[in-house]
Amino acid sequence: MRYAQALHGRTYTFDGIVEVLAKASPHRSGDVLAGCAASCDAERAAARYVLADLPLRTFLEEDVVPAEQDDVTRLILECHDAEAFAPVAGLTVGELRDWLLAVAARGETSTLAGVAPGLIPEMVAAVSKLMRNQDLIAVAAATQVLTRFRTTVGLRGRLSTRLQPNHPTDDAAGITATILDGLLLGSGDATIGINPASDDPATVGRLLLLVDEIRERYAVPTQSCVLTHITTTLDLIEQGLPVDLVFQSIGGTQGANAGFGVTLAMLAEAREATLALGRGTIGSQAMYFETGQGSALSADAHLGTGGRPVDQQTLEARAYGVARAFDPFLVNTVVGFIGPEYLYDGKQIIRAGLEDHFCGKVLGLPMGVDICYTNHAEADQDDMDTLLTVLGVAGCSYIMGIPGTDDVMLGYQSTSFHDALYARRVLGKRPAPEFEAWLDGLGMLDGPTGVRALEPALSPFGEGFAALSAGSAGR
Amino acid sequence: MSVDLWAALRARTPARIGLGRSGDALPTSAVLALGASHAAARDAVHHPLDVAAVCADLAELGIGEPVVVPSAAPDRATYLTRPDLGRLPGSDLPAAPATPTTDLAVVLADGLSATALEQHGVPVLRALLPLLDAATGVAPPVVAVQARVALGDHIGQALGARAVLVLIGERPGLSASDSLGAYLTWAPAPGILDSARNCVSNIRPPHGLDHGTAARLIASLLSGARRLGASGVRLKPEAGFFIER
Repeated sequence: MRYAQALHGRTYTFDGIVEVLAKASPHRSGDVLAGCAASCDAERAAARYVLADLPLRTFLEEDVVPAEQDDVTRLILECHDAEAFAPVAGLTVGELRDWLLAVAARGETSTLAGVAPGLIPEMVAAVSKLMRNQDLIAVAAATQVLTRFRTTVGLRGRLSTRLQPNHPTDDAAGITATILDGLLLGSGDATIGINPASDDPATVGRLLLLVDEIRERYAVPTQSCVLTHITTTLDLIEQGLPVDLVFQSIGGTQGANAGFGVTLAMLAEAREATLALGRGTIGSQAMYFETGQGSALSADAHLGTGGRPVDQQTLEARAYGVARAFDPFLVNTVVGFIGPEYLYDGKQIIRAGLEDHFCGKVLGLPMGVDICYTNHAEADQDDMDTLLTVLGVAGCSYIMGIPGTDDVMLGYQSTSFHDALYARRVLGKRPAPEFEAWLDGLGMLDGPTGVRALEPALSPFGEGFAALSAGSAGR
Repeated sequence: MSVDLWAALRARTPARIGLGRSGDALPTSAVLALGASHAAARDAVHHPLDVAAVCADLAELGIGEPVVVPSAAPDRATYLTRPDLGRLPGSDLPAAPATPTTDLAVVLADGLSATALEQHGVPVLRALLPLLDAATGVAPPVVAVQARVALGDHIGQALGARAVLVLIGERPGLSASDSLGAYLTWAPAPGILDSARNCVSNIRPPHGLDHGTAARLIASLLSGARRLGASGVRLKPEAGFFIER
C-alpha cells in the first residue's frame, strides 16, 4: 500500500510499511548505509505522521520481513498473544504512545507486563520512533522484568553488573586478578562473563572451571558464563563442565542468525539442556543473549518485503522477539560496539541505547545495555556517562563492569567497575538482593548503596590476591 | 604494600586493574591515562597519511615508482560512515605491464590507522622482498588513501597480478593505535569474499609481531597460496612457523 502525507506544501509518498518505518527513524549512519534513511528532515517528519496513523493491527496483517522466507517472522507471529493484545488492539501507533505514557504515569507496572505478550517487535519499534528520549525513559522505568538464577535481576531500585574479566590470551592468573578486582568493587551480580579470546573448546572448558572455582571459593551468589558459540557450550555441557548460563549472539532475521551460525532449533535445544542441569538455586532462567543494531545489515541479511532494506532499529527489536521465545535470564544490546558506519556518534549511540532498552523492556525482556564505543566513532567517555545516567533513570537491569572501561581483548571501551558505583550512588540503586546480602556479610557495604574502599590484602579476597601475587613473583 | 601487589598482578594482564578510588570514581591519574590513550587512538584514526613520505621510502626499494590510488571516499568522515566507498577506486587504476608476469601487487593502505602504515608499512615490505623467490615479479607499489582491504582487489586485478598483498592500518584500540594488518588474496577480483583472504595481524613491534617475523609469515603464506592456487581458510601457515621466532 502507498501512503501519502502533505507537509509544508509538499506531498511525501511512502511505498509500504517498511519504507514508513525506515523513514520515520531518527537519523543514523547505518540506515544511510543501507539506503533506507529519510532524505531530509521534512520527509522524516512526514513519515512520522503516516506511522502515527497506522493501526497496530497493520503489523499483524503485513509482514516487514516476509514470513514465507524468514523463520523469525514466523516465530514472532506464532508467539503473539491475542488476548494480551486486546486492550490495545483498536489503537494506532500514535495512540499506543499516548496509552503507554498514561499507563506509565499511573505507575501501572502490571498493565505493562500484561500487554507485553500481545505486542510484537514491529509495533514496539514503530512506537519508539514517535517517542522522545524522555518518553523512552518514562515508559521503561514503569516496567519491571524479573529473572532469577542464583540472583534476582531487574528489581526496581537495583542495578546489576556483568563482571567482564577478558584477557587477550585467556591467561588464568590475569583473568583471576581481574575478577578479584571486580569483586572488590562490588561487581558481578548479573554474571561473571568472560569473552574468551580463543573459541577452542579446551580453553573454554578451562575458563568455565576457573570461574566456577572462584565462585565456589568465595560463595559468590552469581552465575558464570563463557561467551562462546552455543554449539561449543552444548558440547561442554555434555562433557559435564559447569555451565550456568548459555550465551549466544542473535539477530532479527533468519539470515542474521545464519551469519551467527545459529538456528532457532539450536536455541531451543540449548534451553532444554540448561533446564535439565538445574544449576540455578532460585530460578531456572539460563539463556544469555546479546544483540546490537546493525548486525543484520553487516551480515547482508537486512532486506524485507519487496526487497526493501529494513531499518536497523526495527530489525533489532525483532531480535528481541527471538530472545523472548527462549525465556532468557539476561539480554543486552552491545550498543556502540559495531562502529560509526552504523551509529556514528555519541548522539546516535545514546538514542539507540534508549530505544533498545525501551523495546526490550516493553516486550518483557530482562534488558541490560553494554554502554560502549569504539575509537573510530565520534564518541567518548562523557557520552557513555550520559547514557549510563539516563539508562539508570530508565531502570536498566544491568550494565558491564570492566577495569577502567578498557576491554583489552575486544578493543573497545565500556563501563568500568567504578561507573557502576557512581550510578548506584547518584540514583540510589543497590545490587541484586542476594549479592547485596553477600557483600554485607563480608562487611563490604558502605551505606545504603555504596561499597567500601578496601585494601586488597585486607579484603575478604586477601588470600587470593596474595596467592596470585606470589605466583606472579615466582615466574 | 598494595602498590607492589598490583604491580605483580599487572604483569599477568594488560587490563587496568587496581586503579584505586577517588570516592566512587577513578583517581585523577587513571582518568588522565585513559584520556591520553583515547587521544592517541583517535589521532591515529584521523591522522592523514603522509603520502609523500611513504612514496619516498617506497621509491628506494627498487620495485618501481609508487602509484597513488584514492578510494571513492573523498574524506575521513565519509570513509568512516561508508565502508562501501572505501572499497571502490576513486581514480583510474594503474594498467598491467605488457611483460613480464606480475606475481604480486603490493598495496600500502591507510585503513583506520595511517600511523600504523607510516611506522610499519615500508619496513615490512623491505623485510619481505629479499624473502621472495628471485623470479617473483613484483608490480610497482601502490599507496591507497581512505582505503579498505577490498580496494586491493580492484588494484590487483587491474595490474593483472596473481596475488595482492594489502598492508593496512588496523582499527586502533586503547592500548594499540599503531597496529598493522597484512591481507593476502590470491587471484584478486572485485566481490571476492573475506574468507578467501589470509591475514597477519597485530604487526606492531615491540608489543606485537616484529617486521621480520611478519615478513616471513607473509612469504610463507604466499608460497603456500602459489602451491595451493588459492588463499583463504584452506591455507594455513606452515607448521611450526612461530617456533623460529
